Amino acid sequence: MEGISTTNHNFSLVNGLNMAIIIIPTPLRKFTNNTAKLEIHADTIAKTVDELTVNFPGLKKHLLDDKGQIRSFVNIFVGNDDIRNLQQGATEVTSGSVISIVPAIAGGS
Amino acid sequence: MSTDVTFSKEELSRYNRHIIIPEFGLAAQQKLKAAKVLVVGSGGLGSPVLLYLAAAGIGTIGIVDFDVVDDSNLQRQVLFGVNEIGKPKVEAARQRLQALNPHIEFVLYNTQLTSQNALNIIKDYDVVADGTDNFPTRYLVNDACVLLGKTNVYASIFQFEGQVSVFNYRNANGDLGPNYRDLYPTPPPPGLVPSCAEGGVLGVLPGIIGSLQALEVIKVIAGVGEPLAGRFYIFDALGFESRTFNISRRDDNPLNGRNPTITQLIDYEQFCGVKAVEKPVKEITPAALYELQVKGEPFQLIDVREPYEYDIVNIGAELIPLATVTEQAGKINKDQPVIVHCKVGGRSAKAIRELEDKFGFTNLYNLKGGILAYIDEVQPELTKY
Repeated sequence: MEGISTTNHNFSLVNGLNMAIIIIPTPLRKFTNNTAKLEIHADTIAKTVDELTVNFPGLKKHLLDDKGQIRSFVNIFVGNDDIRNLQQGATEVTSGSVISIVPAIAGGS
Repeated sequence: MSTDVTFSKEELSRYNRHIIIPEFGLAAQQKLKAAKVLVVGSGGLGSPVLLYLAAAGIGTIGIVDFDVVDDSNLQRQVLFGVNEIGKPKVEAARQRLQALNPHIEFVLYNTQLTSQNALNIIKDYDVVADGTDNFPTRYLVNDACVLLGKTNVYASIFQFEGQVSVFNYRNANGDLGPNYRDLYPTPPPPGLVPSCAEGGVLGVLPGIIGSLQALEVIKVIAGVGEPLAGRFYIFDALGFESRTFNISRRDDNPLNGRNPTITQLIDYEQFCGVKAVEKPVKEITPAALYELQVKGEPFQLIDVREPYEYDIVNIGAELIPLATVTEQAGKINKDQPVIVHCKVGGRSAKAIRELEDKFGFTNLYNLKGGILAYIDEVQPELTKY
């Protein structure tokens, strides 16, 4: 069973399941009730993103294109590595994985 | 070449704290003096970058900026003070930096970096520091650096977040690192990611991130330490958390992947979709609006900014924030001219397009330049923000 929790604990057991941590960047926190860290139970990145967008529908257009693919200006890292250098959406997520969503920003002035 | 570089007594004294670091020394200081660095944008990031590069003794610093100093810049652009308001930024920057370090040569480009001039400007420099504020210029700087074989020290900020990386860096083994297109192959569509002008930025954030950018420029030139090439640093000021990710080159990079398709600079406004969304809306100038007001002609004035902006300053319009225009469309007249305004004209154009598309309005006019232009031209006594 997949699940989501919005507690801010770095790692915890929710409903008896080991959870991965997903870090939401500040520009997208308005879609996650201002929550910076979520705990997700899913075994791949694709399922993690599904779970996220089901629970927080406002995130969908920011993370996925019309074809349901992760947008090319949104990078997802598992640990320190870009999922494009791993197995993309099929990248495995294990308990304790830290998943970072990092969209492009262009400010400088 | 750097061994030919000599220092005056004053310079040796000034750079003493560099020279006495065993891992840095006179040799690294000579490399700084021999180096030419181009800083693109002298705003939030450019301010600390320029201050630290000038203080550190980079021999030649080029500055590209087409803007003038505005009072809304001073919350973060620490190069400037109230006496510089209205002056070209490149001029004001040189004045400040020359006072800081008279041993440096400055080259000023009081112009916008474009596909037409970028190669010609960048070719004379060793390293580029990109502190621009929009996606088209980010891709322009990146592509020009890759085409010319220059290292691009990149930093970017938004609200509470900062990003830093060193792009297109060739290490001692001759291996070339990734560039911006490896990290973000394409930009977001316009409107999806707000700019700092719309979304804001905490003033101290560019100070932190710009200092890291200056650090990487100095390391790349001096050849000390491990530059942030092939890595991507992000900083979240709210949570005080930072992370460094590994990034790598992509086979499908159109600039220098397996099958390059971009061999010269392109139209970056078009690439970023900026041109495509600009479905024109009818406009009215502040002077023409004033004339309607003076003559007492019938019209409706709508302000689509946020309530807190309305509280700072307003010109008596009905407040209908952009996010609510669809639900409040019933309040907007269809039988007389309706003038819509925001701060500078971007949000009101969006509101007009939305109302025209969804409800078939044909009587909507965008106030050109927004309330700021109206204040400049009609009511200069009002507060600008």
